[in-house]
Amino acid sequence: MADVKAPVERPLSPHLFIYKPMLTMLMSIVHRITGAGLYFGTLLLAWWLLAAATGPSAYAGIGSFMSSLFGRLILFGYTWALMHHMLGGIRHLIWDNGYGFGAQQREWLAIATLVGSIGLTVIIWVLGYLVMGGSR
Amino acid sequence: MAVGRMSTPLSRVRGLGAARSGTEAFWRQRLTAVANLPLTIAFVFIVISLLGRNHAAVVQILGAPLIAVILMLFILSITTHMRIGMQVIIEDYVHDEGTKLVLIMANTFFAIAVAFACAFALLMLSFKV
Repeated sequence: MADVKAPVERPLSPHLFIYKPMLTMLMSIVHRITGAGLYFGTLLLAWWLLAAATGPSAYAGIGSFMSSLFGRLILFGYTWALMHHMLGGIRHLIWDNGYGFGAQQREWLAIATLVGSIGLTVIIWVLGYLVMGGSR
Repeated sequence: MAVGRMSTPLSRVRGLGAARSGTEAFWRQRLTAVANLPLTIAFVFIVISLLGRNHAAVVQILGAPLIAVILMLFILSITTHMRIGMQVIIEDYVHDEGTKLVLIMANTFFAIAVAFACAFALLMLSFKV
């Protein structure tokens, strides 16, 4: 180690904010945000299952929270996050197999993820209200 | 040094470099992603079928062997998946080594705690305790 060279001054790669915002960029960060949301949302799942296992009064407690406006907003957001992350995941699996990298394909996949997640969320909620059938 | 100029590509692969581990997390994330697909669809249908039902009916459905097994597989798969995903987020944004270590530990504790809480509740429901 006689001659230790000083690090070469290399150009740094430009960061996100110099680029024009694009849908595919947005979908990328939304995939991560929905993943993080679902992560903390598993607390609701644990609460729900533990309440059901504990007894009728505990189950009624989470039921009244979930059927409140605030609870329904959280559940609606959770449904959308789940559907968006699921479709985004399918998109990633397509990329993992080496497909869908073309400019138009990327755009199409991004739009399909967004439209699909909103569509599936609405379908799930319509199904939900049909199943409940005014019992609440 | 096992990994040197004279070593074969195979021994280089076996050596796995300085990290001493390979692509387990990458692969497990894809594996659980694939498993999550049918399990999540099943989960959504199970939740819809329980809407508006009273506690006794919910206990009966959640405790049914097929439903309980599907939900336990769902929980195993999603908690594994979310643990890896959150670790990637932590590694991307937290650059202080100490904080990063603590957060990665907390992430592991959280994922395992959620998994065991859900699995325990499902076992209680199955055995009608």
